[in-house]
Amino acid sequence: MGGPIVLDLSLLELRGITKSFPGVLALDNVDFTLRAGEVHALMGENGAGKSTLIKVLTGVYQRDGGTATLLGRSISPKTPLDAQSLGISTVYQEVNLIPTLSVAENIFLGREPTRLGNIDWRAMKTGAAEALARLDIVLNVNETLSSYSIAIQQMVAIARAVDIKAKVLVLDEPTSSLDKDEVAQLFQVMRKLKSEGLGILFVSHFLDQIYEISDRITVLRNGKLVGEFPTSELSRLQLVSKMIGKDEAAVASMSDHRVSDLSPNLGEPVVSAKQFGKRSKVGPVDLEICKGEVLGLAGLLGSGRTEIAQLLFGIDKPDQGTLKVDGTDTQVNSPRKAIRLGFGFLSEDRKHAGIIPNLSIRENIVLALQANRGWLRKISFSQQQELADRYIKALKIATPDADKPIGQLSGGNQQKVLLARWLASQPKLLILDEPTRGVDVGAKAEIEGLVYQLCADGMAILFISSELDEVLRDSHRVIVMRDRKKVGELSGEHLTSNELMNTIAAGDHLA
Amino acid sequence: MPKTGPWLWAVISLVLILGFNLVFTPGFFNIQLRDGNLYGSLIDILNRAAPVMLVALGMTLVIATGGVDLSVGATMAIIGSIAALMVTKGHPSVIAVVSVSLLGALVLGTWNGVLVALFKIQPIVATLILMVSGRGIAQLLTDGQIIQFHDPALSYIGSGFLFKIPFSITLVLILLCLTALVTRRTAMGLFIESVGDNPTASRYSGIDIRTVQLFAYAFCGLCAGLAGLVATANTSAADANNTGLNLELDAILAVVIGGTKLTGGRFQLIGSLFGALVIQSLTTTILTKGLAIEYTLVVKALTVLGVCLLQSPKFRAKFSKSGRSN
Amino acid sequence: MKKHFSLLATVFVFLLMLLGASLKYKGFFSVDVFVNLLRDNAFLGVAAVGMTFVILSGGIDLSIGGMIGFTGILTGVLITKNHFHPALAITIVLAVGTSIGSIMGFLICTFELPPFLVTLAGMFLTRGLALVISQNTVTIDHPWYDKISSTKLALPAFFIVVLIVGLYIAHCRPFGRAVYAIGGSEDSAGLMGLPVRKTKIKVYAISGLCASLAGVLMTLYMSSGDPNAGRMVELDAIAAVVIGGTLLAGGVGNLIGTFFGVLILGVIQTAITFQGDISAWWAKIVTGMLVLGFIVLQKLLQVRKAT
Repeated sequence: MGGPIVLDLSLLELRGITKSFPGVLALDNVDFTLRAGEVHALMGENGAGKSTLIKVLTGVYQRDGGTATLLGRSISPKTPLDAQSLGISTVYQEVNLIPTLSVAENIFLGREPTRLGNIDWRAMKTGAAEALARLDIVLNVNETLSSYSIAIQQMVAIARAVDIKAKVLVLDEPTSSLDKDEVAQLFQVMRKLKSEGLGILFVSHFLDQIYEISDRITVLRNGKLVGEFPTSELSRLQLVSKMIGKDEAAVASMSDHRVSDLSPNLGEPVVSAKQFGKRSKVGPVDLEICKGEVLGLAGLLGSGRTEIAQLLFGIDKPDQGTLKVDGTDTQVNSPRKAIRLGFGFLSEDRKHAGIIPNLSIRENIVLALQANRGWLRKISFSQQQELADRYIKALKIATPDADKPIGQLSGGNQQKVLLARWLASQPKLLILDEPTRGVDVGAKAEIEGLVYQLCADGMAILFISSELDEVLRDSHRVIVMRDRKKVGELSGEHLTSNELMNTIAAGDHLA
Repeated sequence: MPKTGPWLWAVISLVLILGFNLVFTPGFFNIQLRDGNLYGSLIDILNRAAPVMLVALGMTLVIATGGVDLSVGATMAIIGSIAALMVTKGHPSVIAVVSVSLLGALVLGTWNGVLVALFKIQPIVATLILMVSGRGIAQLLTDGQIIQFHDPALSYIGSGFLFKIPFSITLVLILLCLTALVTRRTAMGLFIESVGDNPTASRYSGIDIRTVQLFAYAFCGLCAGLAGLVATANTSAADANNTGLNLELDAILAVVIGGTKLTGGRFQLIGSLFGALVIQSLTTTILTKGLAIEYTLVVKALTVLGVCLLQSPKFRAKFSKSGRSN
Repeated sequence: MKKHFSLLATVFVFLLMLLGASLKYKGFFSVDVFVNLLRDNAFLGVAAVGMTFVILSGGIDLSIGGMIGFTGILTGVLITKNHFHPALAITIVLAVGTSIGSIMGFLICTFELPPFLVTLAGMFLTRGLALVISQNTVTIDHPWYDKISSTKLALPAFFIVVLIVGLYIAHCRPFGRAVYAIGGSEDSAGLMGLPVRKTKIKVYAISGLCASLAGVLMTLYMSSGDPNAGRMVELDAIAAVVIGGTLLAGGVGNLIGTFFGVLILGVIQTAITFQGDISAWWAKIVTGMLVLGFIVLQKLLQVRKAT
């Protein structure tokens, strides 16, 4: 490979990086090496520590321990600006530019070419055009950024990043909202930059893309380094198993009950969807859930699991397919409607879409039930107290009383309160999106035990998890999603971790 | 920091101000019986604070949803004008006057609610429209004149006495009970707090945010209308220029002093009333101490800043950090 | 073209009103009336320039009216009672106004306080201080002042100069673009390495400077300092900015729009004076309706963009 002299030299070296937040060790002694002229993929599921590592690298967070060197010089960026001036530029998933300003301004904001302190607009425009030309892109740089597609905005962000004399380019999920052609365009740009000697750190949830563009892969799990591998020597199956491999602690705490031991009440399904989806978000999916059945939804992060749940619960509106609830055609256009139909939805985003932080445990528990009854028919205080006490006891929520604000509880206990919120509304169908994320091992086992119990009581459950073992333990059937499409459904004897992993990992062209 | 009730600061401030007067203002606590009714500085403070207290109750709900209503002063002026016009032009019963006025206030509040809830216009801007044009409407109604009226029944609302205390205070207590009843005996209070605290999670729990916002703004309009009646009845004259002038700011201030956060969430009805009393007793104290009235504005400014800083997590963090290192 | 739709709408409304008034009232369409339009609204225009910067950055400043009263009476007292030379007095007043603005900006940024409340405190404080200084109007009698007051074009010139300087800062200085960027997306601006805090503090300082200059202009206009001057001017300024097409959420808009917004408010006032019998309060109602109209227009433009 002919290229600049720096090729194969390590450009950026992170050694023993540690970062903790109150109650969480987000990064535990992680190493990462980026060479000049390579695309290095950083892989891991939720909570693996990817975004924390990137933020430490780009100066959003400061590391607690470890060393970082760039071209042999020790660095510790304090702010994003700091990192930028060191030569580390970042392009984020949500384009972090100013949509209301022009393309040229977005490329030069904060470092405008000036003459006597005045912005030299002409130099700025030609400079912007040149920066874009370097990526083989031609745009009208006077246009407002928001008049271009997200893909183009992403390119503008990269042009800006590269133009700031970047040595390291961090691309944090830049492809999540791009279509196929746009991804191809982006990859062309990445190859060009790579050939110019830039080191690119690339994060994506699409395995195909990782295998197409990356040279090496570093895998993180639960804040720890799993390993660093040349892409050509790591099969998809190996990669997936390294990302979502067995969590020893969870296995140890696993209860004796398996959902699959229970037989569902196979009659008329509670929910049945045909060719259900939304074009821009998630492909058409067929699914059916019966009483007393747990349907698992597996796949990597970003594979379309959560999108399905949001469509079912009326948070997002489907634009294709049909949905039947108890055998009758229905449209769910708001969470209100979904709740009236007897659905419950435990969101994966506990902080933004789950807890009402300053309200008490009791109020958080009765909220959905009360909303369904309407504001005039208030649940009496004694009933509220009784509900709260019952669920605090049943779910072993650790709190002195029901009046404590939910925001002051630990993650696991918050999750139990939110579960209680949905149980109190006695749903026919309960959608659990990553119910065990960010909770400790004990709470995890309790939540899984609860799923078993609810299933035995005849509730229909849609169980979403990125942990293979958990999905396998807690589901009768599993639908596998990849790249926003349903790629398989496993049940009975096929419900094994090998087959599940194979289905998740299989690509159009197997590596 | 010790766990304190959110409206403890308001009570402490009030006690401090009254304590100051106990020591330094002789006769401040004197209450006389005149014509069978009670008079004195304390009664005076209550009476003068009544319009702000009435508005503050409605404002509390709006702020709790995460919004704000700047139009309450203009609403007061419009409603005052309507009432004065009704009694001067015809001679309807006081019940008719009050009903029409309150209905009008409800319509104005609903207008704000529609702009905020259905058209999704930022509350500051949405209510600014009525704030600006509302006072013009009131002046148009009264033709720019101060309309004096002689109607003992209507004047009673603002200056009458019931059980020896001013009727306006009774009205505040009635509205407090009503507000508490409407928000706490139904689930509306819970919904308002929930929407203000976390709108996304509230929607996911099945709460219809639009209904909650419409309710809060309509109710706030109603409270402002009542306040407008009291203010107008108190002077037996409708003054479109000055009725409720700057009162929106006092009401917002009362709510914030009372422990309801401007960002929404938990609300404190009684706290807001104490907040209004703090503002009024400050004003009265400054006046009785012979200081010119202009000092009240300066003191008010410092109060706003103080309350802001006390509620700011950043300020608290800084404060407790430096406290620890010392 | 599409980019400037809102501005075109503002100019269109202005021309429409001018045309309507010119057809209806004899002698409305004249240089004299136009110069007076600028003269009568110079203080509002200057204040609105500052307000535009604040709103573009995503904030709001309610202290403008109080500031006009405070700086006006301070100017009057310094010149008349303390016998300062007007140039010195004005320099002092502008420095004081700018400092108050900076302090508000500092509090807003450092402790993450809502601009609404902090500038509300500023409003109380400045109005209170104005009344503490003097409760009565102080007449300013100084040859220097007489000369400026008698020059008809002096106030319009001030307005135009401030506008041009504002335009220059907004469009030719990196600082101006940073203001737009922060209003467009504060988080992104921070990640792009812009000095968010410093810029926001400066924005409130500029607003303080503009408001105090507006106070000084008011003294030139009235040849006196009035502690009660400028009541509710913040509302007019906000209205002018909104009618001028600036988004209250920040990031979008420009000073040319604000200029026409001020002129629209001025035309309404002037037309009402010409009419004589029409009630002055129609001005407020029409202003409110215009604000509503332009906000609805902005919403419609946003919706169209989104789909």
